[in-house]
Amino acid sequence: MSTDPNRRDFIYIAAGAGAAGAVVMTLFPLIGQMNPAADTLALASIEYDLSKVTEGQQVVIKWRSKPLFVRYRTPKEIKEAQDVDIKTLRDPQTDAQRVKAGHEQYLIVVGVCTHLGCVPNFGLGEYGGWLCPCHGSVYDTSGRIRQGPAPLNLLVPDYTFLTDTKIKVG
Amino acid sequence: MSEHTSNYVPKSGIEKWLDSRLPIVRLAYDSFVDYPTPKNLNYWWTFGGILSVCLVIQIVTGVIMAMHYTANSALAFDSVERIMRDVPYGDILRYVHANGASMFFFAVYIHMFRGLYYGSYKAPREVLWLLGCIIYFLMIATAFMGYVLPWGQMSYYGAVVITNLIGAIPVVGPSILTWLQGGFAVDNPTLTRFFSLHYLLPFVIAGVVVLHIWALHVVGQNNPTGVEIKSKEDTLPFTPYATVKDGFGIVIFLILFAVFVFFAPEALGHTDNYIQANPLQTPAHIVPEWYMLPFYAILRAVPDKLAGVIAMFSSIGLIFALPWLDTSKVKSMRYRPVMRWFFFLFVVTCIGLGWCGAQEPADVVFRMGTDNLGQATGISVTVVSRLLAAYYFLFFIFIMPWIGLKEEPLPVPASISEAVLAAHAKKKG
Repeated sequence: MSTDPNRRDFIYIAAGAGAAGAVVMTLFPLIGQMNPAADTLALASIEYDLSKVTEGQQVVIKWRSKPLFVRYRTPKEIKEAQDVDIKTLRDPQTDAQRVKAGHEQYLIVVGVCTHLGCVPNFGLGEYGGWLCPCHGSVYDTSGRIRQGPAPLNLLVPDYTFLTDTKIKVG
Repeated sequence: MSEHTSNYVPKSGIEKWLDSRLPIVRLAYDSFVDYPTPKNLNYWWTFGGILSVCLVIQIVTGVIMAMHYTANSALAFDSVERIMRDVPYGDILRYVHANGASMFFFAVYIHMFRGLYYGSYKAPREVLWLLGCIIYFLMIATAFMGYVLPWGQMSYYGAVVITNLIGAIPVVGPSILTWLQGGFAVDNPTLTRFFSLHYLLPFVIAGVVVLHIWALHVVGQNNPTGVEIKSKEDTLPFTPYATVKDGFGIVIFLILFAVFVFFAPEALGHTDNYIQANPLQTPAHIVPEWYMLPFYAILRAVPDKLAGVIAMFSSIGLIFALPWLDTSKVKSMRYRPVMRWFFFLFVVTCIGLGWCGAQEPADVVFRMGTDNLGQATGISVTVVSRLLAAYYFLFFIFIMPWIGLKEEPLPVPASISEAVLAAHAKKKG
């Protein structure tokens, strides 16, 4: 083929670019359909009445197909969580960053171990929080990772207090 | 034997008519009747045929079960129970399908270790080996997605753990995870896409199997001496010699298969899978099916999440690189006195990793005393897994290239027929 640019080269390049563009456009619906559907997203936020939880209790509610731990902490547990030197933590966060000011007694976390997604058990492990039975990750009373393979603290979801006892999650 | 020419002579009128239009009978004749096979093949070579039978059994039973199964998270568990109780022969078909997966992996592991021992991955069979690795990888994906479908507790948490591996990817991991699961957790969208892919992938496997056999027939079969075919004296026609030998092997294999299906159908499953999936309650101990346990042990051996995932995937990825890791000039480990010992140690390591994968990580394997609470202390499963995982990687990355350069192989026979005659003379005394 000649090295001179000519009209045939232009046709090749234009056709190639057009085909590439068409393939990319086709990929959008093919890949996009895998994303959460509208009905899944519609159930993405819930409201919950915290007066159902008593001191020292953990309630598990289902949110986005995952367990959500709603924990009414005792004053002793709150103090333990606040007294930790955060420099010693793997995923450094203060207790204040994980609860809402004025509502320190309520710890709300997604009950999914940040290692491989198991559901940790409440009231086990050395730090008074949760123990994941699968691979031995231990969380403290603030849901922070203290031992085991999990890399991150239990996730605190986005939530707001609608009233003094009612929250909206998501 | 790429130079093998066709000896097919169409006899009847219809064969002659078809042969000049679509020479499919000629292809079958040249591939499975007249095809020259090395005359010294042992029974480790029958697993290729056994695997073809396994694939057919899985596709047939799977297509039938899909007629009764419902891919919906609210109905899946009950539809499987209905197959077990109400569908005529449904229990047999499901047990054949479930145990068939185990048998498939049992056979493929023997097939792979056979290839490893006799150097079947070495030139000119690299592409053949790569295609085999792709089949194995597709088998893992298919088996995993199939295991999720009954929507039991083990199925569900298996899916949770494995899809969460993707979440270990820095930055984009969580978004990819949501995309993959079709929601914020493993749920109905995950189940329906897994069902779709579980139905699709076996046909992809069948396609790659055709390429695998094609590649095999271009370069010719390897054999226990690892010496290439040199003359007609080295070979026998596929039919009746290999056909009958493979047929015998298949029958023995089917007897073993039947023993599991009829007498111990649940032996290889997990009882927790008879509890319906519950996203709010984790089983005490999550374990995959036995054929994934070695990789699970490698995943758990690494204390860091991302590093563990990388270690697990590279342990499978290394198998692909095998043709370029082995530096030896001799194929068969029959003539490699040093390497064969490292090979046997490797087999033991793989079995050991499998055992570790089934145990709890903190369990003590070698007891060395007791702590002040009276609990046993000593070397834990995690430590043993680390040692075994270290050998697994060492074997591929260091031992294989290094021994290949240093080892003095035994004299290799000049041809297959010479080796056969020597063995025959030795037996006669």
